[in-house]
Amino acid sequence: MKKTAGVTGLFHDPDQVLKAAAEIRRAGYRKFDFHTPYPLHGLDDAMGVKRTVLPWISLGAGIVGAAVATHLQWWTGAVDYPLVIGGKPLFAFEPSIPIIFELTVLFCAIATVVGMFALNGLPRWFSKWQDDPHFVRSMDDAFVVTVDADDAQYDAGKTRTLLESLGAEQVREVEYEDQ
Amino acid sequence: MKNVTDRHRQDSWDVEGGGSLAVSPDEIREPLFEGTPGLRDVTETVSGVVEGKPTKLWYATITLTSGLAAWGILTILYTVVTGIGVWGNNQPIGWAWDITNFVFWIGIGHAGTLISAILFLFRQKWRTAINRAAEAMTIFAVICALIFPIIHTGRPWVAVYWLLPLPNQMEMWVNFRSPLLWDVFAVSTYFTVSAMFWYVGLVPDMATLRNRAKNVFVKRIWTFVSLGWTGANRHWHRYEKAYLILAGISTPLVLSVHTIVSFDFAVSVIPGWHTTIFPPYFVAGAIFSGFGMVLTLMILARKLLNLEQFITRKHIENMNKVLMATGLMVGYAYGMEFFIAWYSGNPYERFVFINRAFGPYSWAYWTMVTCNVFIPQLFWFKNIRRNLIITWVISIFVNIGMWFERFVIIATSLHRDFLPSSWGYFIPTWVDVSIFAGTVGLFLTLFLLFAKYIPVLAISEVKGILPGSQPSHTHH
Repeated sequence: MKKTAGVTGLFHDPDQVLKAAAEIRRAGYRKFDFHTPYPLHGLDDAMGVKRTVLPWISLGAGIVGAAVATHLQWWTGAVDYPLVIGGKPLFAFEPSIPIIFELTVLFCAIATVVGMFALNGLPRWFSKWQDDPHFVRSMDDAFVVTVDADDAQYDAGKTRTLLESLGAEQVREVEYEDQ
Repeated sequence: MKNVTDRHRQDSWDVEGGGSLAVSPDEIREPLFEGTPGLRDVTETVSGVVEGKPTKLWYATITLTSGLAAWGILTILYTVVTGIGVWGNNQPIGWAWDITNFVFWIGIGHAGTLISAILFLFRQKWRTAINRAAEAMTIFAVICALIFPIIHTGRPWVAVYWLLPLPNQMEMWVNFRSPLLWDVFAVSTYFTVSAMFWYVGLVPDMATLRNRAKNVFVKRIWTFVSLGWTGANRHWHRYEKAYLILAGISTPLVLSVHTIVSFDFAVSVIPGWHTTIFPPYFVAGAIFSGFGMVLTLMILARKLLNLEQFITRKHIENMNKVLMATGLMVGYAYGMEFFIAWYSGNPYERFVFINRAFGPYSWAYWTMVTCNVFIPQLFWFKNIRRNLIITWVISIFVNIGMWFERFVIIATSLHRDFLPSSWGYFIPTWVDVSIFAGTVGLFLTLFLLFAKYIPVLAISEVKGILPGSQPSHTHH
């Protein structure tokens, strides 16, 4: 069954993209996005993208990593199998610092990468826009705007006119095969 | 006097012929690209390498390097089956080429993360042309490095109980108070984080290749590994945040790794090892050797893969400046070690350093000093910093010099023990040489595979710094 993905159009000028993003948002659209070959500075503000919670995930994971490393070194050395080596204390913070640091970094890095992809809903090997030639160009040399059909403001005719008035080229409605 | 001031101003702005201060530095600074490449040029140049057929030269080189790697693997098997007695290690030199090679390869692996993390935080735009390849070298070098501590245990199949926190048959744990164990955590964390950092950077570029792929099978591979990246700005937002966090935590990480490697020596009581200068000295040396290797391979790669437009003499010159700065730090450390040995008043300390420079291993010591301290002084001259052939030759000297640095630290500190009755000399066997040559072969093989099948430039990052690629009002 064919379904409407929404309306898409091309931009070539980064300044125009920023202006268009602000206008689309002002017109009340929320489910829209720009597909760009590289991150454009200032586009987040223009589109009104909320700051991601990712740094908090990273911080939390880092704290967990530090706790795990401390517990691991204390429990194995001082509780499970206490063994005096070279007359040193069974557990002390100073020699534990390197491993606490390394596991903090390790946990934080894994959570950052996994968290970033998870928040982005990736991996997902299907996109409504994937067969559209605009989408194909978006990872090459064009800035592609997409307005989703399930946005409350969506109206095929009006949305097209809006995008065209903002300078988008080759504006058209895109359909996709729904499995 | 006026002329001097004018000249000074011009130099600091890095321009020929002067310029008014009303112009932003970016506009009068030497450009990072030759000509004015567009977005599509970047896609075409980088994808072209991946999509084209390998050349005869590539096949010839990889045959040679993988043959070398195979020979290395055979000799590793021979070592494991026979025992490490097939190496030249003896009493008192219990650590020899194995640990030398380990530290050497870990050091090579430091340029990649320095470029991708530290230079990112410092907003050094020139890093984008070389970070992908340098990060690849990091990962491959760490793979080569990891081989040595594992095989030097002699019985690698039980090394898991000595290296990882797993209780052995007596319910005993690893010794967390030993720097050797810190090293296990440092190196494995470094490998994991570098590999993830590299992969995150690759995802958008692999999506570019996916969108271009004609062959169904090839397209399926790129689709799978690019995780369905769409380039949506809401995704880029989190992506950039993740990249920043990774850069932020990788910066102390990269400094910690060689610090902890140096603890393997510094925490011991051996004269020549037990010094507080080791952590910064090792880190500077690691960056020095890493940039040496990056230059050796990138000067060749930019020529063979036609990347001259994106990796210009400006990039080579910047790398040479880093090389010189870290080389001077290493030279300072060599000098300071001698001063402290004398100043400590400890006769054993003094003996080790006099013996290092004038004893049986003086040939190794002076090779090291020549390669690492004397030869890089040529980079004081701008036309040498920008000369590709001379730079390439110097980078080879740096690679050799840094291998010798690790050999000198290890062998000269051990070979004349506290009592003359336990003095010795290390001579490598054919197995020692073969295993090291094998890791060189492995490193080059992996690099050749990378250079052919993976985008060698960070496509999306290079696009983001092309002139005019960013909205004008955000341009500072």
